[in-house]
Amino acid sequence: MTPASKAGTRPDSRRRHFLRDFVATLIAASSLMSLFSSEFAGAIQAGVFRFERMNALILVILFSFLILWYIRRAQRGVGLYVRPLPGISAVDEAVGRATEMGRPVLFIPGTGDLDNVQTIAGLSVLGRVARVTARYNTPLRVPVLYPLPLAAASETVREAYIAEGVTDQLSPETVQYVAGESFSYSARVGGLILRERPAAAVYMGQFTAESLLIAEVGQASGAIQIAGTAEPEQLPFFIAACDYTLIGEELYAASAYLSREPRLLGSLKGQDVMKVLIALVVVAGVLSVTFGWGIDFWAHVLHAE
Amino acid sequence: MILAFFGRGSFVDSIAEEALLWQTIVAGFALLLGVVSIVRVHWGRLRTRHRDWFYSVTLLVCMAVMSVSGVVFGIGSGTLFDNLFMNIQAPMMSTMFSILAFFIASAAYRAFRARSAQSAILLLTAILVMLGRIPMGQLIYQHLPDWANWIMIVPSVAVQRGILIGAALGAASMSLRVILGIERTYLGGS
Repeated sequence: MTPASKAGTRPDSRRRHFLRDFVATLIAASSLMSLFSSEFAGAIQAGVFRFERMNALILVILFSFLILWYIRRAQRGVGLYVRPLPGISAVDEAVGRATEMGRPVLFIPGTGDLDNVQTIAGLSVLGRVARVTARYNTPLRVPVLYPLPLAAASETVREAYIAEGVTDQLSPETVQYVAGESFSYSARVGGLILRERPAAAVYMGQFTAESLLIAEVGQASGAIQIAGTAEPEQLPFFIAACDYTLIGEELYAASAYLSREPRLLGSLKGQDVMKVLIALVVVAGVLSVTFGWGIDFWAHVLHAE
Repeated sequence: MILAFFGRGSFVDSIAEEALLWQTIVAGFALLLGVVSIVRVHWGRLRTRHRDWFYSVTLLVCMAVMSVSGVVFGIGSGTLFDNLFMNIQAPMMSTMFSILAFFIASAAYRAFRARSAQSAILLLTAILVMLGRIPMGQLIYQHLPDWANWIMIVPSVAVQRGILIGAALGAASMSLRVILGIERTYLGGS
């Protein structure tokens, strides 16, 4: 489940603006839907636009509108509620534990490259963790699998240490490139956990088979472990091996939850509204198939090329 | 890339191909950063006589041997690089992968302890699925494989799709925030 968000009251002028924007979007969406008519689409099939992907475009436009709309609302100061994410709340506790024990904190921003959104979400959490470790003078270890995340993670950690005024604590071992291959990486990280005995381990990002190889070693070493990934195949492993697990979209919500930046929180609200719309479409599809109403219509509208 | 998804034609395709080519070139140069990072960390350990300095020597020597053999003799089949990879690296990777079986067993042991009603349901479901996936399951009860298949195809897939829909929306939302410059926390911004 996503962090559900709840908007507060809004003045009449804002309601008028919302209605105006909503009507404009409806008109735009209707115009685009009219292009679905087979004759029109067939006539310009040979053109530069892929009309068979029109449904995806409408979805993208609607989703973008919702996100931007709620970001705008948040910027106006409308209060937004985000339900607590225990995994993220536990980060401070985990770093505090590491500080008390005099042991390092291990952070893995996934094993995907920088073109993966999960890696970017992981790096966002890294920024927060690095701020806390810098504040408490706790050693931080960030082994990475690919060179581009190395550059991004180094920059994230450096900015956090600069913000806390402790750049002298940075060392080449803080963020280090380990290997370009998954199992070599697992072996190196497993060795690091067993030798340095981190008191806290945070795994945020995309993971494949190495998830359990790393998390089980961390569990055996007694580290408090917090994981987050959007890979459904790896979630059971993290749930079995870690103390806290962020499931799917919670990983992407983590940066907004941590920063409490209104614009980021606003985007979560837009995401939730879109999810409600998709749930309605799913219910309509189930009813349609169950009772045999308009199956062809749904198949045509939702068909993906 | 968005244009390439929704459009067609040589102009759009060439822009997308060019962008992918640039990405490959940048990633190639970024590999140098990785090499520099490894050398800095392990050379530093050698210099300071770190207690694990022997591992650092091993790593640096192996990295040098693999690099030189690849550059000097090539990486084709039957070359020194290929032999080192196939006879040392590949078996070591297979060993790491095989360890996963033992880790799954230890993780399953912890996860399947019936400490609450939910864990008891998980345990029963796991037993049903495991028995249904082995020949002995059919001997115990002929419909056991069908039950196991139903659990895997209906409730399990429904939950996975729910997670996937949420994750896809989260990824799209995050991408939009990054494209618009709202999300800068991944670069150390607040």
